[in-house]
Amino acid sequence: MTRIFALTVAACALMTTTAMADGHCAAGKTLDEGKFTIATGNPAYYPWVMDNAPESGKGFEAAVAYSVAAEMGFAADDVVWVRSSFDEAIQPGAKNFDVNMQQYSITPERDEIVDFSAPYYSAPMAVLVSPGAIDTAPTMAALKALKWGAVGSTTAVSKLAEVVKPDGDLLLYGDNADVNAAMTANQIDAALFDLPTALFLSAVMIEGSKVIGQFPADAGDSLDQFGMLLEDGNPLKACVDEALAAMTENGTLAALEAEWMQDTTGVPLIK
Amino acid sequence: MTRRERYEQQQRRRASLIAAASSTIVVVALVVLVPMAPGWEKVQKSFFNGAVLAKSFPKLLDAFRINIMIFAWSAPTIAVLGLLIALARDVKSPALFPLRIFGAAFTDVFRGVPVILTVYLIGFGIPGLGLPRPWNSPYIWGSLALILTYSAYVAEIFRAGIDSVHHSQRSAALSLGLSERQAMRDVILPQAIRNVVPSQMNMLIALQKDVSLLSFIGPVEIFRQAGVFKSLLANFTPYVGAAIIFLIVTIPATRYADYLMARQTRKRR
Repeated sequence: MTRIFALTVAACALMTTTAMADGHCAAGKTLDEGKFTIATGNPAYYPWVMDNAPESGKGFEAAVAYSVAAEMGFAADDVVWVRSSFDEAIQPGAKNFDVNMQQYSITPERDEIVDFSAPYYSAPMAVLVSPGAIDTAPTMAALKALKWGAVGSTTAVSKLAEVVKPDGDLLLYGDNADVNAAMTANQIDAALFDLPTALFLSAVMIEGSKVIGQFPADAGDSLDQFGMLLEDGNPLKACVDEALAAMTENGTLAALEAEWMQDTTGVPLIK
Repeated sequence: MTRRERYEQQQRRRASLIAAASSTIVVVALVVLVPMAPGWEKVQKSFFNGAVLAKSFPKLLDAFRINIMIFAWSAPTIAVLGLLIALARDVKSPALFPLRIFGAAFTDVFRGVPVILTVYLIGFGIPGLGLPRPWNSPYIWGSLALILTYSAYVAEIFRAGIDSVHHSQRSAALSLGLSERQAMRDVILPQAIRNVVPSQMNMLIALQKDVSLLSFIGPVEIFRQAGVFKSLLANFTPYVGAAIIFLIVTIPATRYADYLMARQTRKRR
Protein backbone atom coordinates (compact mmCIF):
# COMPACT_ATOMS: atom_id res chain seq x y z
CA MET A 1 0.00 0.00 0.00
CA THR A 2 2.60 2.51 1.11
CA ARG A 3 4.76 1.33 -1.76
CA ILE A 4 2.01 2.08 -4.24
CA PHE A 5 1.44 5.43 -2.61
CA ALA A 6 5.11 6.27 -2.84
CA LEU A 7 5.16 5.24 -6.48
CA THR A 8 2.12 7.39 -7.16
CA VAL A 9 3.71 10.38 -5.52
CA ALA A 10 6.86 9.79 -7.55
CA ALA A 11 4.82 9.43 -10.72
CA CYS A 12 2.89 12.61 -9.99
CA ALA A 13 6.12 14.45 -9.32
CA LEU A 14 7.52 13.25 -12.65
CA MET A 15 4.38 14.11 -14.55
CA THR A 16 4.20 17.68 -13.38
CA THR A 17 7.40 18.27 -15.29
CA THR A 18 5.96 16.91 -18.54
CA ALA A 19 3.55 18.81 -20.75
CA MET A 20 -0.18 18.75 -20.02
CA ALA A 21 -2.34 16.21 -21.77
CA ASP A 22 -2.78 17.34 -25.35
CA GLY A 23 -5.96 15.40 -26.06
CA HIS A 24 -4.20 12.86 -28.25
CA CYS A 25 -2.99 10.60 -25.48
CA ALA A 26 -6.16 8.47 -25.60
CA ALA A 27 -6.31 8.28 -29.39
CA GLY A 28 -6.87 4.69 -30.47
CA LYS A 29 -6.80 3.43 -26.89
CA THR A 30 -10.50 3.59 -26.02
CA LEU A 31 -13.23 1.01 -26.53
CA ASP A 32 -14.94 3.14 -29.20
CA GLU A 33 -12.83 5.67 -31.05
CA GLY A 34 -13.63 9.17 -29.85
CA LYS A 35 -15.75 7.95 -26.94
CA PHE A 36 -14.76 7.50 -23.31
CA THR A 37 -16.77 4.71 -21.66
CA ILE A 38 -17.04 4.81 -17.88
CA ALA A 39 -18.70 2.18 -15.71
CA THR A 40 -20.35 2.87 -12.40
CA GLY A 41 -22.34 0.79 -9.94
CA ASN A 42 -25.98 -0.15 -10.20
CA PRO A 43 -27.39 1.64 -8.32
CA ALA A 44 -24.77 4.34 -7.80
CA TYR A 45 -25.05 6.09 -4.46
CA TYR A 46 -24.86 9.63 -3.08
CA PRO A 47 -22.42 11.36 -2.55
CA TRP A 48 -20.52 9.55 -5.34
CA VAL A 49 -23.27 9.91 -7.91
CA MET A 50 -26.40 11.99 -7.28
CA ASP A 51 -29.82 10.44 -7.96
CA ASN A 52 -28.22 7.42 -9.64
CA ALA A 53 -27.71 9.61 -12.73
CA PRO A 54 -23.97 9.87 -13.51
CA GLU A 55 -24.64 11.59 -16.86
CA SER A 56 -25.75 14.66 -14.86
CA GLY A 57 -22.13 15.12 -13.73
CA LYS A 58 -23.46 15.59 -10.20
CA GLY A 59 -21.82 13.72 -7.35
CA PHE A 60 -18.12 13.38 -6.63
CA GLU A 61 -17.27 10.45 -8.89
CA ALA A 62 -19.45 11.71 -11.74
CA ALA A 63 -17.82 15.15 -11.51
CA VAL A 64 -14.30 13.67 -11.39
CA ALA A 65 -15.14 11.46 -14.36
CA TYR A 66 -16.20 14.40 -16.54
CA SER A 67 -13.20 16.37 -15.38
CA VAL A 68 -10.79 13.55 -16.29
CA ALA A 69 -12.54 13.17 -19.65
CA ALA A 70 -12.17 16.89 -20.36
CA GLU A 71 -8.52 16.77 -19.32
CA MET A 72 -8.00 13.92 -21.79
CA GLY A 73 -9.65 15.90 -24.55
CA PHE A 74 -13.14 14.36 -24.61
CA ALA A 75 -16.23 16.55 -24.85
CA ALA A 76 -18.95 15.86 -22.27
CA ASP A 77 -21.08 14.35 -25.04
CA ASP A 78 -18.39 11.79 -25.77
CA VAL A 79 -18.58 10.31 -22.28
CA VAL A 80 -20.61 7.08 -22.31
CA TRP A 81 -21.89 5.59 -19.03
CA VAL A 82 -22.41 1.86 -18.47
CA ARG A 83 -23.22 -0.10 -15.32
CA SER A 84 -21.15 -2.96 -13.99
CA SER A 85 -20.95 -5.19 -10.97
CA PHE A 86 -17.69 -5.78 -9.14
CA ASP A 87 -17.49 -9.26 -10.64
CA GLU A 88 -17.83 -7.97 -14.19
CA ALA A 89 -15.00 -5.54 -13.49
CA ILE A 90 -12.55 -8.26 -12.47
CA GLN A 91 -13.54 -11.10 -14.80
CA PRO A 92 -10.97 -12.03 -17.43
CA GLY A 93 -11.61 -11.17 -21.05
CA ALA A 94 -12.84 -8.11 -22.93
CA LYS A 95 -14.44 -5.40 -20.80
CA ASN A 96 -17.37 -3.19 -21.74
CA PHE A 97 -15.77 -0.07 -20.24
CA ASP A 98 -12.59 1.97 -20.49
CA VAL A 99 -12.52 2.80 -16.80
CA ASN A 100 -14.68 1.64 -13.91
CA MET A 101 -15.36 4.00 -11.05
CA GLN A 102 -17.23 2.83 -7.98
CA GLN A 103 -15.12 3.42 -4.87
CA TYR A 104 -12.64 0.69 -5.71
CA SER A 105 -10.00 0.50 -3.02
CA ILE A 106 -6.54 0.10 -4.48
CA THR A 107 -4.88 -3.03 -3.06
CA PRO A 108 -1.71 -4.80 -4.24
CA GLU A 109 -3.63 -8.10 -4.62
CA ARG A 110 -6.27 -6.57 -6.88
CA ASP A 111 -3.54 -4.78 -8.78
CA GLU A 112 -2.19 -8.13 -9.98
CA ILE A 113 -5.40 -8.86 -11.88
CA VAL A 114 -6.53 -5.41 -12.98
CA ASP A 115 -4.93 -1.97 -13.27
CA PHE A 116 -5.74 1.04 -11.14
CA SER A 117 -5.35 4.70 -11.99
CA ALA A 118 -3.65 7.01 -9.53
CA PRO A 119 -5.93 7.51 -6.50
CA TYR A 120 -8.59 10.21 -6.92
CA TYR A 121 -9.80 10.09 -3.32
CA SER A 122 -8.59 8.93 0.06
CA ALA A 123 -11.18 8.01 2.62
CA PRO A 124 -10.75 7.01 6.22
CA MET A 125 -12.80 4.09 7.50
CA ALA A 126 -15.69 5.07 9.74
CA VAL A 127 -17.95 3.24 12.17
CA LEU A 128 -21.70 3.43 11.73
CA VAL A 129 -23.73 2.22 14.72
CA SER A 130 -27.36 1.21 14.99
CA PRO A 131 -29.86 3.32 16.96
CA GLY A 132 -29.49 0.96 19.92
CA ALA A 133 -25.72 1.48 20.15
CA ILE A 134 -25.30 5.23 19.62
CA ASP A 135 -23.88 5.68 23.11
CA THR A 136 -20.88 3.47 22.35
CA ALA A 137 -17.63 5.20 23.20
CA PRO A 138 -15.28 5.56 20.21
CA THR A 139 -12.59 3.32 21.73
CA MET A 140 -11.23 0.01 20.49
CA ALA A 141 -12.31 -1.78 23.65
CA ALA A 142 -15.91 -0.64 23.28
CA LEU A 143 -15.94 -1.48 19.58
CA LYS A 144 -14.70 -5.04 20.10
CA ALA A 145 -17.79 -5.87 22.13
CA LEU A 146 -20.21 -4.86 19.38
CA LYS A 147 -21.88 -7.18 16.90
CA TRP A 148 -20.29 -6.24 13.56
CA GLY A 149 -21.47 -6.30 10.00
CA ALA A 150 -20.02 -5.12 6.69
CA VAL A 151 -20.49 -5.40 2.95
CA GLY A 152 -18.70 -8.61 1.94
CA SER A 153 -17.17 -7.25 -1.25
CA THR A 154 -15.34 -4.33 0.40
CA THR A 155 -11.95 -3.98 2.06
CA ALA A 156 -13.86 -3.27 5.30
CA VAL A 157 -13.87 -7.04 5.89
CA SER A 158 -10.11 -7.35 6.18
CA LYS A 159 -9.89 -4.06 8.11
CA LEU A 160 -12.33 -5.42 10.70
CA ALA A 161 -10.35 -8.62 11.03
CA GLU A 162 -7.00 -6.83 11.34
CA VAL A 163 -7.84 -3.66 13.24
CA VAL A 164 -11.01 -4.16 15.31
CA LYS A 165 -10.83 -7.93 15.90
CA PRO A 166 -14.39 -8.16 17.24
CA ASP A 167 -15.25 -10.68 19.97
CA GLY A 168 -18.19 -12.20 18.08
CA ASP A 169 -18.60 -13.48 14.54
CA LEU A 170 -18.87 -11.06 11.65
CA LEU A 171 -22.01 -10.93 9.56
CA LEU A 172 -21.47 -10.00 5.92
CA TYR A 173 -23.93 -8.69 3.36
CA GLY A 174 -24.23 -8.20 -0.36
CA ASP A 175 -24.80 -4.46 -0.40
CA ASN A 176 -25.54 -1.34 1.65
CA ALA A 177 -29.28 -1.98 1.55
CA ASP A 178 -28.87 -5.37 3.24
CA VAL A 179 -26.62 -3.91 5.95
CA ASN A 180 -29.37 -1.37 6.45
CA ALA A 181 -31.97 -4.15 6.77
CA ALA A 182 -29.81 -6.01 9.30
CA MET A 183 -29.35 -2.85 11.36
CA THR A 184 -33.05 -2.14 11.29
CA ALA A 185 -33.69 -5.70 12.47
CA ASN A 186 -31.14 -5.10 15.24
CA GLN A 187 -29.06 -8.07 14.07
CA ILE A 188 -25.88 -5.96 14.06
CA ASP A 189 -24.74 -3.03 16.21
CA ALA A 190 -22.11 -1.58 13.94
CA ALA A 191 -20.84 -1.61 10.38
CA LEU A 192 -17.65 -0.39 8.79
CA PHE A 193 -17.76 1.82 5.69
CA ASP A 194 -15.65 4.49 4.10
CA LEU A 195 -16.50 7.79 5.78
CA PRO A 196 -18.64 9.40 3.04
CA THR A 197 -20.74 6.27 2.63
CA ALA A 198 -21.16 5.96 6.40
CA LEU A 199 -22.27 9.58 6.62
CA PHE A 200 -24.71 9.11 3.77
CA LEU A 201 -26.21 5.99 5.30
CA SER A 202 -26.64 7.60 8.72
CA ALA A 203 -28.14 10.76 7.24
CA VAL A 204 -30.44 9.24 4.68
CA MET A 205 -30.94 5.52 4.95
CA ILE A 206 -30.84 4.20 8.49
CA GLU A 207 -33.20 6.03 10.81
CA GLY A 208 -31.54 6.91 14.13
CA SER A 209 -28.09 5.51 13.29
CA LYS A 210 -24.94 7.50 13.90
CA VAL A 211 -21.32 7.69 12.73
CA ILE A 212 -19.45 7.52 16.03
CA GLY A 213 -15.88 7.61 14.86
CA GLN A 214 -13.33 7.33 12.11
CA PHE A 215 -10.09 5.42 12.20
CA PRO A 216 -6.88 7.42 12.14
CA ALA A 217 -4.96 7.16 8.88
CA ASP A 218 -2.25 4.98 10.41
CA ALA A 219 -4.48 2.24 11.87
CA GLY A 220 -3.53 -0.82 9.84
CA ASP A 221 -3.85 0.64 6.37
CA SER A 222 -7.03 2.33 7.45
CA LEU A 223 -6.87 4.94 4.73
CA ASP A 224 -8.70 3.65 1.70
CA GLN A 225 -7.53 5.02 -1.61
CA PHE A 226 -10.00 4.89 -4.44
CA GLY A 227 -8.74 4.46 -7.98
CA MET A 228 -10.36 4.00 -11.36
CA LEU A 229 -10.20 0.37 -12.41
CA LEU A 230 -8.92 -0.52 -15.87
CA GLU A 231 -8.28 -3.77 -17.66
CA ASP A 232 -4.83 -5.16 -16.89
CA GLY A 233 -2.26 -3.61 -19.19
CA ASN A 234 -4.65 -1.05 -20.67
CA PRO A 235 -2.50 1.68 -22.29
CA LEU A 236 -5.15 4.23 -21.33
CA LYS A 237 -3.89 4.11 -17.73
CA ALA A 238 -1.06 6.50 -18.56
CA CYS A 239 -3.54 9.05 -19.97
CA VAL A 240 -5.89 8.79 -17.00
CA ASP A 241 -3.00 9.13 -14.55
CA GLU A 242 -1.72 12.13 -16.47
CA ALA A 243 -5.17 13.74 -16.33
CA LEU A 244 -5.50 13.07 -12.59
CA ALA A 245 -2.02 14.44 -11.97
CA ALA A 246 -2.91 17.60 -13.85
CA MET A 247 -6.14 17.92 -11.84
CA THR A 248 -4.25 17.48 -8.59
CA GLU A 249 -1.74 20.05 -9.75
CA ASN A 250 -4.25 22.74 -10.71
CA GLY A 251 -6.51 22.15 -7.71
CA THR A 252 -9.52 20.80 -9.65
CA LEU A 253 -9.57 17.57 -7.67
CA ALA A 254 -9.44 19.38 -4.34
CA ALA A 255 -12.19 21.74 -5.46
CA LEU A 256 -14.46 18.86 -6.47
CA GLU A 257 -13.74 17.13 -3.17
CA ALA A 258 -14.67 20.32 -1.30
CA GLU A 259 -17.81 20.69 -3.37
CA TRP A 260 -19.15 17.15 -2.91
CA MET A 261 -17.42 15.83 0.19
CA GLN A 262 -17.04 18.79 2.49
CA ASP A 263 -19.42 17.47 5.12
CA THR A 264 -16.85 14.88 6.21
CA THR A 265 -16.09 16.77 9.39
CA GLY A 266 -17.12 16.53 13.01
CA VAL A 267 -16.41 12.82 13.33
CA PRO A 268 -13.99 12.00 16.17
CA LEU A 269 -10.96 9.75 15.77
CA ILE A 270 -11.07 6.32 17.41
CA LYS A 271 -8.37 5.89 20.05
CA MET B 1 -18.17 -71.58 -21.68
CA THR B 2 -20.65 -71.86 -24.53
CA ARG B 3 -20.07 -70.24 -27.88
CA ARG B 4 -22.81 -67.75 -27.11
CA GLU B 5 -21.10 -66.70 -23.82
CA ARG B 6 -17.78 -66.38 -25.60
CA TYR B 7 -19.37 -64.20 -28.23
CA GLU B 8 -21.00 -61.97 -25.59
CA GLN B 9 -17.72 -61.63 -23.70
CA GLN B 10 -16.01 -60.58 -26.91
CA GLN B 11 -18.73 -58.00 -27.55
CA ARG B 12 -18.35 -56.61 -24.01
CA ARG B 13 -14.58 -56.29 -24.41
CA ARG B 14 -15.01 -54.49 -27.69
CA ALA B 15 -17.51 -52.08 -26.17
CA SER B 16 -15.26 -51.19 -23.26
CA LEU B 17 -12.28 -50.68 -25.59
CA ILE B 18 -14.29 -48.28 -27.74
CA ALA B 19 -15.54 -46.47 -24.65
CA ALA B 20 -12.02 -46.10 -23.27
CA ALA B 21 -10.68 -44.87 -26.60
CA SER B 22 -13.41 -42.27 -27.10
CA SER B 23 -13.09 -41.02 -23.50
CA THR B 24 -9.34 -40.63 -23.97
CA ILE B 25 -9.88 -38.66 -27.16
CA VAL B 26 -12.34 -36.31 -25.43
CA VAL B 27 -10.05 -35.72 -22.44
CA VAL B 28 -7.01 -35.12 -24.63
CA ALA B 29 -9.02 -32.72 -26.80
CA LEU B 30 -10.07 -30.75 -23.71
CA VAL B 31 -6.58 -30.67 -22.24
CA VAL B 32 -5.00 -29.65 -25.52
CA LEU B 33 -7.66 -27.41 -27.07
CA VAL B 34 -8.83 -25.31 -24.10
CA PRO B 35 -5.35 -23.92 -23.30
CA MET B 36 -5.01 -23.04 -27.01
CA ALA B 37 -7.85 -20.51 -26.65
CA PRO B 38 -6.49 -16.93 -26.77
CA GLY B 39 -7.85 -15.95 -23.36
CA TRP B 40 -6.78 -19.11 -21.56
CA GLU B 41 -3.89 -17.55 -19.68
CA LYS B 42 -6.09 -14.87 -18.19
CA VAL B 43 -8.84 -17.34 -17.36
CA GLN B 44 -6.28 -19.59 -15.72
CA LYS B 45 -4.97 -16.67 -13.67
CA SER B 46 -8.49 -15.68 -12.59
CA PHE B 47 -10.10 -19.08 -12.02
CA PHE B 48 -7.39 -21.70 -11.56
CA ASN B 49 -4.77 -19.87 -9.57
CA GLY B 50 -2.83 -22.27 -7.37
CA ALA B 51 -1.45 -19.60 -5.05
CA VAL B 52 -4.88 -18.10 -4.44
CA LEU B 53 -6.39 -21.53 -3.88
CA ALA B 54 -3.74 -22.42 -1.31
CA LYS B 55 -4.30 -19.11 0.43
CA SER B 56 -8.08 -19.37 0.63
CA PHE B 57 -8.72 -23.11 0.98
CA PRO B 58 -8.19 -23.49 4.76
CA LYS B 59 -10.56 -20.62 5.51
CA LEU B 60 -13.10 -21.96 3.04
CA LEU B 61 -13.05 -25.32 4.82
CA ASP B 62 -13.50 -23.45 8.08
CA ALA B 63 -16.52 -21.60 6.69
CA PHE B 64 -17.96 -24.88 5.40
CA ARG B 65 -18.40 -25.90 9.03
CA ILE B 66 -21.18 -23.34 9.21
CA ASN B 67 -22.89 -24.93 6.21
CA ILE B 68 -22.67 -28.31 7.89
CA MET B 69 -23.99 -26.90 11.17
CA ILE B 70 -27.03 -25.28 9.55
CA PHE B 71 -27.61 -28.43 7.50
CA ALA B 72 -27.34 -30.62 10.58
CA TRP B 73 -30.12 -28.92 12.48
CA SER B 74 -32.32 -28.20 9.46
CA ALA B 75 -32.42 -31.68 7.92
CA PRO B 76 -34.05 -33.59 10.83
CA THR B 77 -36.51 -30.74 11.42
CA ILE B 78 -37.46 -30.81 7.74
CA ALA B 79 -37.97 -34.59 7.84
CA VAL B 80 -40.32 -34.37 10.83
CA LEU B 81 -42.22 -31.28 9.67
CA GLY B 82 -42.52 -32.64 6.13
CA LEU B 83 -44.00 -35.88 7.40
CA LEU B 84 -46.46 -34.01 9.64
CA ILE B 85 -47.59 -31.81 6.75
CA ALA B 86 -48.00 -34.90 4.55
CA LEU B 87 -50.15 -36.54 7.23
CA ALA B 88 -52.13 -33.33 7.70
CA ARG B 89 -53.02 -33.40 4.01
CA ASP B 90 -54.21 -36.97 4.38
CA VAL B 91 -56.53 -36.72 7.39
CA LYS B 92 -59.87 -38.37 6.73
CA SER B 93 -61.97 -36.99 9.59
CA PRO B 94 -64.31 -34.12 8.59
CA ALA B 95 -63.67 -32.31 11.90
CA LEU B 96 -60.01 -31.96 10.96
CA PHE B 97 -60.75 -30.46 7.54
CA PRO B 98 -59.00 -27.14 8.45
CA LEU B 99 -55.81 -29.14 8.87
CA ARG B 100 -56.11 -30.37 5.28
CA ILE B 101 -56.61 -26.84 4.04
CA PHE B 102 -53.59 -25.70 6.03
CA GLY B 103 -51.43 -28.48 4.60
CA ALA B 104 -52.46 -27.67 1.05
CA ALA B 105 -51.94 -23.92 1.51
CA PHE B 106 -48.56 -24.47 3.14
CA THR B 107 -47.19 -26.62 0.32
CA ASP B 108 -48.62 -24.29 -2.33
CA VAL B 109 -47.08 -21.16 -0.83
CA PHE B 110 -43.65 -22.50 0.06
CA ARG B 111 -43.20 -24.41 -3.18
CA GLY B 112 -44.33 -21.39 -5.13
CA VAL B 113 -41.90 -18.82 -3.73
CA PRO B 114 -38.20 -18.92 -4.70
CA VAL B 115 -36.06 -20.00 -1.73
CA ILE B 116 -33.98 -16.83 -1.80
CA LEU B 117 -37.10 -14.68 -1.43
CA THR B 118 -38.31 -16.74 1.51
CA VAL B 119 -34.86 -16.39 3.08
CA TYR B 120 -34.90 -12.62 2.61
CA LEU B 121 -38.45 -12.08 3.79
CA ILE B 122 -38.21 -14.29 6.86
CA GLY B 123 -34.55 -13.56 7.62
CA PHE B 124 -34.94 -9.79 7.70
CA GLY B 125 -38.70 -9.49 8.19
CA ILE B 126 -39.37 -11.40 11.37
CA PRO B 127 -36.35 -10.05 13.32
CA GLY B 128 -37.56 -6.58 12.25
CA LEU B 129 -40.58 -7.07 14.49
CA GLY B 130 -38.32 -6.16 17.39
CA LEU B 131 -37.30 -9.52 18.82
CA PRO B 132 -34.59 -9.29 21.48
CA ARG B 133 -31.21 -10.90 20.88
CA PRO B 134 -30.36 -13.76 20.46
CA TRP B 135 -33.84 -14.54 19.13
CA ASN B 136 -33.42 -12.29 16.09
CA SER B 137 -30.33 -14.12 14.84
CA PRO B 138 -30.18 -14.62 11.07
CA TYR B 139 -29.05 -18.19 11.76
CA ILE B 140 -32.41 -18.98 13.37
CA TRP B 141 -34.68 -17.25 10.87
CA GLY B 142 -32.61 -18.17 7.84
CA SER B 143 -32.74 -21.79 8.91
CA LEU B 144 -36.50 -21.48 9.44
CA ALA B 145 -36.89 -20.18 5.88
CA LEU B 146 -35.02 -23.23 4.56
CA ILE B 147 -37.00 -25.54 6.83
CA LEU B 148 -40.36 -24.18 5.64
CA THR B 149 -39.46 -24.32 1.95
CA TYR B 150 -37.95 -27.77 2.06
CA SER B 151 -40.69 -29.17 4.30
CA ALA B 152 -43.18 -28.30 1.58
CA TYR B 153 -41.23 -30.30 -1.01
CA VAL B 154 -40.49 -33.15 1.36
CA ALA B 155 -44.17 -33.32 2.39
CA GLU B 156 -45.15 -33.74 -1.26
CA ILE B 157 -42.68 -36.59 -1.66
CA PHE B 158 -43.95 -38.27 1.49
CA ARG B 159 -47.50 -37.93 0.22
CA ALA B 160 -46.52 -39.54 -3.06
CA GLY B 161 -44.98 -42.34 -0.99
CA ILE B 162 -48.17 -42.78 1.01
CA ASP B 163 -50.21 -42.86 -2.20
CA SER B 164 -47.85 -45.44 -3.68
CA VAL B 165 -48.81 -47.98 -1.02
CA HIS B 166 -51.73 -49.91 -2.51
CA HIS B 167 -55.00 -49.13 -0.73
CA SER B 168 -55.67 -52.85 -0.32
CA GLN B 169 -52.94 -52.71 2.35
CA ARG B 170 -55.05 -50.27 4.31
CA SER B 171 -58.21 -52.30 3.82
CA ALA B 172 -56.41 -55.43 4.97
CA ALA B 173 -55.06 -53.69 8.06
CA LEU B 174 -58.50 -52.35 8.96
CA SER B 175 -60.13 -55.75 8.48
CA LEU B 176 -57.56 -57.22 10.87
CA GLY B 177 -59.00 -54.88 13.47
CA LEU B 178 -56.32 -52.15 13.41
CA SER B 179 -57.53 -48.60 13.89
CA GLU B 180 -57.01 -45.97 11.16
CA ARG B 181 -54.10 -44.58 13.10
CA GLN B 182 -52.47 -47.99 13.66
CA ALA B 183 -52.89 -48.85 10.00
CA MET B 184 -51.14 -45.64 9.01
CA ARG B 185 -48.39 -45.96 11.61
CA ASP B 186 -47.60 -49.66 11.41
CA VAL B 187 -48.57 -50.68 7.90
CA ILE B 188 -48.61 -47.81 5.45
CA LEU B 189 -45.92 -45.38 6.67
CA PRO B 190 -43.07 -47.92 6.97
CA GLN B 191 -43.59 -48.91 3.34
CA ALA B 192 -44.21 -45.35 2.18
CA ILE B 193 -41.05 -44.00 3.79
CA ARG B 194 -38.93 -46.81 2.41
CA ASN B 195 -40.30 -46.12 -1.06
CA VAL B 196 -39.30 -42.46 -1.01
CA VAL B 197 -35.82 -42.71 0.54
CA PRO B 198 -34.02 -42.25 -2.80
CA SER B 199 -36.05 -39.13 -3.69
CA GLN B 200 -35.53 -37.70 -0.22
CA MET B 201 -31.79 -38.24 -0.61
CA ASN B 202 -31.93 -35.90 -3.58
CA MET B 203 -33.72 -33.30 -1.45
CA LEU B 204 -30.99 -33.67 1.15
CA ILE B 205 -28.32 -32.92 -1.45
CA ALA B 206 -30.28 -29.91 -2.72
CA LEU B 207 -30.62 -28.63 0.85
CA GLN B 208 -26.87 -28.91 1.41
CA LYS B 209 -26.33 -26.59 -1.54
CA ASP B 210 -29.12 -24.18 -0.68
CA VAL B 211 -27.69 -23.54 2.79
CA SER B 212 -25.46 -21.10 0.90
CA LEU B 213 -28.46 -18.87 0.31
CA LEU B 214 -28.29 -17.89 3.98
CA SER B 215 -25.19 -15.88 3.13
CA PHE B 216 -27.52 -13.20 1.75
CA ILE B 217 -28.74 -12.34 5.22
CA GLY B 218 -25.42 -12.29 7.06
CA PRO B 219 -23.94 -15.67 8.04
CA VAL B 220 -20.45 -16.05 6.62
CA GLU B 221 -20.69 -19.54 5.19
CA ILE B 222 -18.48 -20.91 2.43
CA PHE B 223 -20.07 -19.00 -0.46
CA ARG B 224 -19.74 -15.64 1.29
CA GLN B 225 -16.23 -16.46 2.48
CA ALA B 226 -15.30 -17.26 -1.11
CA GLY B 227 -16.87 -13.96 -2.16
CA VAL B 228 -14.78 -12.08 0.40
CA PHE B 229 -11.61 -13.65 -0.96
CA LYS B 230 -12.80 -12.96 -4.48
CA SER B 231 -13.13 -9.23 -3.85
CA LEU B 232 -9.98 -8.89 -1.77
CA LEU B 233 -7.86 -10.75 -4.32
CA ALA B 234 -9.88 -9.79 -7.43
CA ASN B 235 -9.81 -13.45 -8.37
CA PHE B 236 -12.51 -16.08 -8.90
CA THR B 237 -10.41 -19.05 -7.82
CA PRO B 238 -11.96 -19.12 -4.30
CA TYR B 239 -15.30 -19.90 -5.95
CA VAL B 240 -13.70 -22.85 -7.70
CA GLY B 241 -12.30 -23.90 -4.30
CA ALA B 242 -15.78 -23.69 -2.78
CA ALA B 243 -17.18 -25.74 -5.66
CA ILE B 244 -14.52 -28.42 -5.05
CA ILE B 245 -15.46 -28.62 -1.37
CA PHE B 246 -19.14 -28.97 -2.28
CA LEU B 247 -18.36 -31.70 -4.80
CA ILE B 248 -16.32 -33.67 -2.27
CA VAL B 249 -19.46 -33.83 -0.16
CA THR B 250 -22.18 -34.08 -2.79
CA ILE B 251 -20.69 -36.54 -5.31
CA PRO B 252 -20.63 -39.47 -2.86
CA ALA B 253 -24.12 -38.47 -1.74
CA THR B 254 -25.52 -38.34 -5.27
CA ARG B 255 -23.82 -41.64 -6.11
CA TYR B 256 -25.44 -43.18 -3.05
CA ALA B 257 -28.85 -41.78 -4.02
CA ASP B 258 -28.45 -43.18 -7.54
CA TYR B 259 -27.50 -46.54 -6.10
CA LEU B 260 -30.60 -46.57 -3.89
CA MET B 261 -32.76 -45.64 -6.89
CA ALA B 262 -31.26 -48.40 -9.00
CA ARG B 263 -31.70 -50.94 -6.23
CA GLN B 264 -35.33 -49.97 -5.80
CA THR B 265 -35.99 -50.25 -9.52
CA ARG B 266 -34.38 -53.70 -9.59
CA LYS B 267 -36.52 -54.85 -6.69
CA ARG B 268 -39.73 -53.72 -8.33
CA ARG B 269 -39.09 -55.60 -11.55
